[in-house]
Amino acid sequence: MKKIFALLVALAPLFCTASEAGPALEAAPINLADKISLQRGAAAFVNHCLNCHSASAMRFARLEDLGLTEQQIREYLVFTEARVGDTMAVAMDPKVAKAAFGVVPPDLSLAARSRSPDWLYTYLRGFYRDADSKSGWNNTVFPNVAMPHVLWEYQGTQALQVDEKMDPHTGDMKVSSKLVLERPGKLSRLEYDQYVADIVNFLTYMSEPAQTSRRHWGILVLFFLAGFFVLALLLKQEYWKDVR
Amino acid sequence: MAVMNKPPVTGAGRFNGVLTWVDQRFPLVRMWQEQLSEYYAPKNFNFWYYFGSLALLALVIQIASGIFLTMNYKPDAATAFASVEYIMRDVPGGWLIRYIHSTGASMFFICVYLHMARGLMYGSYRKPRELIWIFGVMIYLALMAEAFFGYLLPWGQMSYWGAQVIINLFGTIPFIGEALAVWIRGDYNVSDATLNRFFALHVIALPLVLLGLVAAHLTALHEVGSNNPDGVEIFDNIDPVSGHPVDGIPMHPYYTVKDIVGVAVFLLVFSAIIFFGPEMGGYFLEANNFIPADPLKTPAHIAPVWYFTPFYAMLRAVPPMFNSQFPGVAVMGAATLILFILPWLDRGKVKSIRYRGPRYKAWFAVFVFSFLVLGYLGVEPTTVWGEFGKGLPVVGGDYVALWVARVLTLAYFLFFLLMPWYTANDKEKPEPKRLTW
Repeated sequence: MKKIFALLVALAPLFCTASEAGPALEAAPINLADKISLQRGAAAFVNHCLNCHSASAMRFARLEDLGLTEQQIREYLVFTEARVGDTMAVAMDPKVAKAAFGVVPPDLSLAARSRSPDWLYTYLRGFYRDADSKSGWNNTVFPNVAMPHVLWEYQGTQALQVDEKMDPHTGDMKVSSKLVLERPGKLSRLEYDQYVADIVNFLTYMSEPAQTSRRHWGILVLFFLAGFFVLALLLKQEYWKDVR
Repeated sequence: MAVMNKPPVTGAGRFNGVLTWVDQRFPLVRMWQEQLSEYYAPKNFNFWYYFGSLALLALVIQIASGIFLTMNYKPDAATAFASVEYIMRDVPGGWLIRYIHSTGASMFFICVYLHMARGLMYGSYRKPRELIWIFGVMIYLALMAEAFFGYLLPWGQMSYWGAQVIINLFGTIPFIGEALAVWIRGDYNVSDATLNRFFALHVIALPLVLLGLVAAHLTALHEVGSNNPDGVEIFDNIDPVSGHPVDGIPMHPYYTVKDIVGVAVFLLVFSAIIFFGPEMGGYFLEANNFIPADPLKTPAHIAPVWYFTPFYAMLRAVPPMFNSQFPGVAVMGAATLILFILPWLDRGKVKSIRYRGPRYKAWFAVFVFSFLVLGYLGVEPTTVWGEFGKGLPVVGGDYVALWVARVLTLAYFLFFLLMPWYTANDKEKPEPKRLTW
């Protein structure tokens, strides 16, 4: 029996060659302990995203998690008639949005959980000019996306440079593409990456506001259970002395 | 009128009076003795024997956490998804309750699968324990139904399309299929009506069935006594002085204190998942299920939750015949139902794998291997391993994994169907007279 299981465990990696489709994603520098980054991300989010997207599960009041006071939230982050206790509703009428973009922009409350932070981070940095698309923009991660590049003033405009090269050994044509900055924006490349990182950091926090306290509780619970395990084991051994 | 002539309870200190009063009206002491303090269990239970009590614990956890979820969840297609997020964000401690329940479902299946593997290894389904096994298989089927109904409730994309796929399976049954599928859904599509009835089935109907079956499972077990890793009967060897089995020890306190150690380890693993990785890399909570159900948008890759995947892989492995997917559905159904007749397929003289011959061991290894690999293939698209299939005849192209699944499905069934022959004349080792450690 033990041999069979050892064999199965040894063979396990053979079966785990999961095939990943789609373009390579870049790792988002997520740091939920960085409250300043989260605050910057929240500000950018309500300024740029909330016009077309909603975050219907997120309450403005919850932003107190990020170290903001109710006063600050009301003054700097609530632009509509909404009250601090309300959820982040979209400013735009869904019918208008549908007419403008062809689709209603999705709710972003859970975007980081359904898409992953890495996807969002690569996506927001992957827009390029495309004369053939309806909005004039296209995206490397989400081809033919309906969303225009909202942050173009910050990033500048990118173009997709496609290179076709022949592999000298096999004769196959290899297509590679990369994004090049055509016209710089208000921010340098590094500054823009940080800007997007802040937004994605905030989206990640927003997708599960309890996640930081979840991990704190987890450490306490595991320590408690480890102690419980030791006591239970000692009790068992005491009783089982007379069986052995 | 019954005469209250039972002897008074002693040994409970100042509670003697209260216990005597109760015991004269309710068989408290007798139940305690029969089920715990004088239920003799073999002394050599090993690691595999934790999972029965842990599965029971998982059931209790699911019921307890489910009650609290029900207080805030709304079984309505328009508000179900938002109510789950409301629980996750606005209900104090709601995220914990929800993660306990979502993780608990998978932990329940892990316990049940390991518990069933134990039964297979040590021949716990053999005479006189056939009914224990049959009740157990019924629990397993009820649990799959319970998990399936519950999975629709968050009303995410995977909930919706998973339910769509599974209900459509019933639609493939010849003649009555279409009508049956509509009857299950209560609509021509998975809709609000479906959600409402699945909620009713998930929170009351199936839990009642499960509790009843668990009671029957345990009653049958305590009637005939537990099997053990040696597969020999402890009641064949009674101590003439005490009248108890020589190799038996009372369930309480010995196995109650031992099981508490198992509970501690179980809760450590459980908590590590809840607090540090409740999604378990997408296996316990799928990314697609964080998108609200959209009847107009089919996800590119629909896969069931991990505990269904071996059967899902079998379903996909069987090619459609006469323009119908029904053969695949029938194979999938047969794969679970065949467990019912297992006690009568096994002709071995010994019960435990420790004393089985090489043929049984080889077939058992094939079975375990098939089940695990099918489980993996069920998670992946059928084109996985496509790179290994290039240039091969017959199995070539992208579908090498499909052929692997076909072979393994066959192996799964052969383990059962050939069992009467390979167990009848196997080179078994002699069983010991007494239990070994």
